[in-house]
Amino acid sequence: MAPKLCALCEKSRAILKRPKTGQQICKECFFYVFETEVHNTITQAQLFKPGDRVAIGASGGKDSTVLAYVMKTLNERYDYGIHLYLLSIDEGITGYRDDSLETVKRNQQQYSMPLKILSYNDLYGWTMDAVVAQIGKKNNCTFCGVFRRQALDRGAAVLNVDHIVTGHNADDIAETVLMNIMRGDIARLGRCTSICTQGEDTIKRSKPFKYTYEKEIVMYAYFKKLDYFSTECIYSPDAYRGHARAFLKDLEAARPSAIIDIIHSGEAFAVKEEVKAAQKAQQTCKRCGYMSSNELCKACSLLEGLERGVAAVGITDRARKKMDAEGPAPEGLRTIPYFQMPAGPGPSTTIQIDTS
Amino acid sequence: MTATKSVRVEFGGGLELLFSNQKSHKVEIPNKTFDDKPTDMNYLILWLKKNLLREREELFLDNNTVRPGILVLINDTDWELEGEGDYIVENNDEIVFISTLHGG
Ligand SMILES: [Zn+2]
Ligand SMILES: [Zn+2]
Repeated sequence: MAPKLCALCEKSRAILKRPKTGQQICKECFFYVFETEVHNTITQAQLFKPGDRVAIGASGGKDSTVLAYVMKTLNERYDYGIHLYLLSIDEGITGYRDDSLETVKRNQQQYSMPLKILSYNDLYGWTMDAVVAQIGKKNNCTFCGVFRRQALDRGAAVLNVDHIVTGHNADDIAETVLMNIMRGDIARLGRCTSICTQGEDTIKRSKPFKYTYEKEIVMYAYFKKLDYFSTECIYSPDAYRGHARAFLKDLEAARPSAIIDIIHSGEAFAVKEEVKAAQKAQQTCKRCGYMSSNELCKACSLLEGLERGVAAVGITDRARKKMDAEGPAPEGLRTIPYFQMPAGPGPSTTIQIDTS
Repeated sequence: MTATKSVRVEFGGGLELLFSNQKSHKVEIPNKTFDDKPTDMNYLILWLKKNLLREREELFLDNNTVRPGILVLINDTDWELEGEGDYIVENNDEIVFISTLHGG
């Protein structure tokens, strides 16, 4: 078969068929369009301004590894003037996270970015290994998700950053749209497609890869020979998400634009005012100061359940009521350190960065 | 006639776990199928299933081809440009399979 020429430069041999457009392009043109599309996403959404301190949520996996590389490249090429950090969460999963953190530490060297690692064990006094030993493999993803979200915000506060970027890609977002539809979670449906979310007093989070296909992220990592870690979390059987993903991949195989089409559908669901009003008002957790829609934030609630041996607390209201009926939280209960928002711009004060 | 061709096969993105946790394999596959057709990618994939795959075949295969979400490169080119399963494998080809399905 004669080699096919690149549809963009018409000079070099095509090496990739773009899922988004069906175009056949060469390696150099692929790098260029991949990076430029992310840049366009960033500038159109006005994600950054000069001087911003931005943490990349880094897991050592493909998406965040490529994100760190591309953010560094674009920051230099287009002079964003932002300061980039790597922020990793150590969930305490032996044989999984300890290996992927080694990848993040190499990324720190390769990209010369400061790295902060925050562990569940330091923050909550529980590793995921210990959580699973107590509650089993059911629902452990709920704990991990709640703990991670808060840990990222707290890591951001330590780094005194204004903004966390994550590696969520178009496939991830389409998958979340599907799951929210299947669950009937209309309020979340509107929110899950927004490129940038910022609640009352939470740290800004955004997704520069919102329109980037997973296939291209993996191909980019492959052709750039980026160093990433890929093993499924050993506790992860989030079966529902797995089915949504398999379904999405089948749709994509039949029609590659399905992923962007689903994201656009999600965006088109404008959330009506009465639905918004039904969402609870935000307050701060009375125990740890983190933002919360109840007296206790989800992490404190889950932690109290773990400490008191009633693990379903924070997962079902019934379990919560049952524990409350047993009396108030005992004295000396392990709690999470008090949360404070980053001080904001200004001279960066004493920030402990892991240099190892 | 030489009855086999030599192919380098590589697995990435976590797929290597299904193949004895080894990323790179050198394999010899027949030149022709039993009905005398040249062996293609479809043949190679089933050959790998039979001879190299150690566990959880459903993570590699679906309907007798690689499952959606696995990227395939033939000599560093997206197999979608090379005819996918119909591509006739040649001696000394390098075939890469990468899963996109593992963690971000
Ligand atoms: Zn080109
Ligand atoms: Zn709290």
